[in-house]
Amino acid sequence: MRVLIVGAPVFAFFFAGPGPAAALDLPQIGGKLPLTRGVTQIEGASGAGLAPWAVIAGNETEDGVGASAFYTATPLSDYDFSAYGAAIGFFDRFEISYAHQEFDTGSTGALLGIGDGFTFEQDIFGAKLRVFGDALYGQDTWLPQVAIGVQYKQAEHEGLIQALGGEDDEGVDYYVAATKILLRESLLVNATVRFTEANQFGLLGFGGDREDSHTPQLELSAAYMLTDRVVLGAEYRTRPDNLGFAAEDDGYDAFAAYAVTDNITLVGGYVDLGSIATLNDQNGAYLSIQFGL
Amino acid sequence: MRTSHLAGIILFLAAVAAPAMAQTHMPGEEPVAPYVQSDANAGATPIADPAVLAAFHGRDGIARIANRTIDLALDDEELGPIFRPFDMVRLRRTLNEHFCYLLGGGCSYSGRDMTTSHADMGVETRHFNRLIVHLRMAMREEGVPFRMQNRFLALLAPMHDEVVQ
Repeated sequence: MRVLIVGAPVFAFFFAGPGPAAALDLPQIGGKLPLTRGVTQIEGASGAGLAPWAVIAGNETEDGVGASAFYTATPLSDYDFSAYGAAIGFFDRFEISYAHQEFDTGSTGALLGIGDGFTFEQDIFGAKLRVFGDALYGQDTWLPQVAIGVQYKQAEHEGLIQALGGEDDEGVDYYVAATKILLRESLLVNATVRFTEANQFGLLGFGGDREDSHTPQLELSAAYMLTDRVVLGAEYRTRPDNLGFAAEDDGYDAFAAYAVTDNITLVGGYVDLGSIATLNDQNGAYLSIQFGL
Repeated sequence: MRTSHLAGIILFLAAVAAPAMAQTHMPGEEPVAPYVQSDANAGATPIADPAVLAAFHGRDGIARIANRTIDLALDDEELGPIFRPFDMVRLRRTLNEHFCYLLGGGCSYSGRDMTTSHADMGVETRHFNRLIVHLRMAMREEGVPFRMQNRFLALLAPMHDEVVQ
């Protein structure tokens, strides 16, 4: 029944555009506590900024189908990195997601010899299955909430990717995420292991002249709850280093997330992705907005 | 002789069981089916930290929070219909006892266990979460710091699996 009820708002949400007023006028659907759905990480999965968590997109519980949409802008030192997308969460159990990433080289493109304003882009289709555990209600056990996920990535500019030493313009990441809310400590912790061959999230292709197979990478998040609507968090994400022409570094961020309403979450933070395509110290402030039903 | 001996045992057992079984409801409350009273029905080990009890302003603060939580639930368009059919006199007493016991206020919990007391109520996770939101509001109004609120909610959270059936 709730599936049917949620159908109309989701439809309206995607086609009428995610205006704040529209979100506020929605009927009382959903049911998750604020921020317990996480926000949307840079590849479209529910999580924090860099890491997917074991939580499922949208506000609905095991009794319904929820959805979310996001836009994240990350102006780095020499590039503009942005992403947008949407996800549907089924019965707080299964999530499908889509994200589009753009990596605008701006005037740096001319410097790199690939053209002024050259933009790397990719589409990411994700799926995540919550396997066991409950991050919130399992306060009497150390068992975390655990999910497994995949992210299929299709990058543009195959020719350039191959010229840079990349093996492929498409690839699949596999991950296992474990999330635990330590309510007694007002803390959320997450650990994700990702098997990936992606170069710069996949924007520079998959595999390379230095390494052309999946390697395990670790993504750690911690978030401290200041109130039930404001959390402060930090993350660390190790990354492969597959391409000979340019080193790739681990990434880290620090962020604050604010659940303005049950449907709107704002995230502001600082991210450092290290060296990208020979230009070092790519860091900057980032801003993300997420709508959830 | 044997019959009267047996009758004596039955009378003795009845007398022993009486204090636990008889007073399942208080004056002004509707009768409920007999059950065995025990603090174990509270479903969690109480917090022993006196700092938590102090943050809740002792028994008086706990009583205000329990009553305010029920008031907010009754006013809630979704929770109101679930709560209203029940004996509010008894609910206010047992919820107060429950909170007081779990927060180390030295009360006994005389209510039923979480599974029995929520049987056939049709509580969904969304309802459980709404009550948490109201409880948070009540604690905030009482001035309980957020971290101390979470110490209490950490005890209540696992009850989700018994309350949502």
